[in-house]
Amino acid sequence: MKLSREEVQHIAELARLALSDEEQSLYQGQLSAILEHFERLQELDTEAIPPTATVLPLRSVMRADEPRPPFSREDILANAPATEAGCFKVPAVLE
Amino acid sequence: MKLYELTIHEASELLAAGETSSVELTEETLERILAVDNDVKAYLTLTPEEALAQARAADEHRAAGEDTPLLGIPMAIKDVLCTEGIPTTCGSRILENFIPPYDGTAVARLRASGAILLGKTNTDEFAMGSSTENSAFFTTHNPWDLDRVPGGSSGGSAAAVAADECLGALGTDTGGSVRQPASLCGVVGLKPTYGRVSRYGLIAFASSLDQIGVLTKDVTDAAILLRSIAGHDPHDSTSMDVPVPDYTAALTDDLRGNEGMRVGVPKEYFIEGMQPEVEAAVRAAVDVLAGLGAEVQEVSLPHTDYALPVYYLIALAEASSNLARYDGVRYGLRVDNGGLIETYKATRGQGFGTEVKRRIMLGTYALSAGYYDAYYLKAQKARTLIKADFDAAFEQVDVIVAPTSPTTAFRIGEKVDDPLQMYLSDVFTLSMNLAGICGLSLPCGFDADGLPIGLQVMGPAFGEERVLRVAYAYEQATDWHTRRPPL
Repeated sequence: MKLSREEVQHIAELARLALSDEEQSLYQGQLSAILEHFERLQELDTEAIPPTATVLPLRSVMRADEPRPPFSREDILANAPATEAGCFKVPAVLE
Repeated sequence: MKLYELTIHEASELLAAGETSSVELTEETLERILAVDNDVKAYLTLTPEEALAQARAADEHRAAGEDTPLLGIPMAIKDVLCTEGIPTTCGSRILENFIPPYDGTAVARLRASGAILLGKTNTDEFAMGSSTENSAFFTTHNPWDLDRVPGGSSGGSAAAVAADECLGALGTDTGGSVRQPASLCGVVGLKPTYGRVSRYGLIAFASSLDQIGVLTKDVTDAAILLRSIAGHDPHDSTSMDVPVPDYTAALTDDLRGNEGMRVGVPKEYFIEGMQPEVEAAVRAAVDVLAGLGAEVQEVSLPHTDYALPVYYLIALAEASSNLARYDGVRYGLRVDNGGLIETYKATRGQGFGTEVKRRIMLGTYALSAGYYDAYYLKAQKARTLIKADFDAAFEQVDVIVAPTSPTTAFRIGEKVDDPLQMYLSDVFTLSMNLAGICGLSLPCGFDADGLPIGLQVMGPAFGEERVLRVAYAYEQATDWHTRRPPL
């Protein structure tokens, strides 16, 4: 499984990662080698096998819907890189 | 004997008898950290003032007649677990200045048991790695040989326990990150069953695999610590409502009593390329178990060979989704770069290190249109087969024993340029996370360079008592756990 430069750029775009030219070259080679190693998985016949997403015997776990005191706004905003008027401040979303 | 050399149960006895105080124990342990941590580099953050204040409070509580299981015991916490008011970085630049507003449940339960928190230990960035070399800050050194890695990702916690820089520590294990460093540092590391310990406040790597575990100087301490942190938590819907036994009550000197003990040895775990001394030590350990009354038989886990790709595809798909939250908006680093999307990309490009970006890329690819069925869904189906292997083996035996790691500690820098080689150091541990079962590593010998070798004891889901029982019987029959690194 050999990844092209364009595929590496496309994955980086999907993952919202800015990569340098050197990083793109590095990952192109390394990801191709790792994916090649993973190819052995295709030998397995899994046609009739159901997938496992969780090992637990639990499915939708419900709890009583009771109000509880939340974290304070101040505590939550304390870690934000930028705030204004008690809100998270973000770059403009609409052009 | 120095106070910092004590195990948790030994220190608890001295504290209960009034022969020492928590302040004295904590001061000596802090002095030990100052003396050796320039070389070992186990800690990312130290909180000596808070620790001494907690120690004074613990001594007051004891004077008032309280005696909780960890009262006055100094502990270390891996830096992926949220600690209120104390920086929690995940070994990453992107969380370098993050200070959680709450304690994770395991941390809160340690505090409620009276434990003293000394500080936060080093980890591979977001627990992604097997050596701590992926920490954005520095690499931890193996106390047995400072030129070698301590293993990872809980390498800081394992090294801190091995170097007597704490009496016990919490780590996390997604594919071996408690057991492999325990093996490489010559301490005990227990990964509980998925669902045994609440993950609330554990910063997520791969949510269907992550589990909090303990690193200790002996098996008794692992039993004590597990009991303190285990149990249902309404904050984590995947924590199971299963009673928490007194794990220390399961510890016995031999394996003859009760209904005996059937020990399985999987033939697939003795592979070409593993260090011969590791195989010899593990086979000798199996003989010791037989001598203690265990009934030993060979078992087969036929899909072992596929575990590595299955693990990485699932873990990295989950990681790429979990790490999408680091967008520079609510917490963590922000690198402004014009518009919103460009700011996301710059923040993540600069905030994450090489291995984390590599894994996000792989996981994103495995989930992307056109590849989802061939990679992610295929891996989930193969996970069913791997779990079925263990289910079948545990029909025949009570526990399975194998090596923890194919080699002893490798040299710093040896595997950093070859990610696939690094991934292979978890080849004996990651199947247990896929199957959701429990496993423990304990010392079972040393190689010619004086580096520790680990024996892995695995049990079925919620089979921690029998795992601890086998490990304890082996430990009592040997003296590997009494050796200390030449620091």
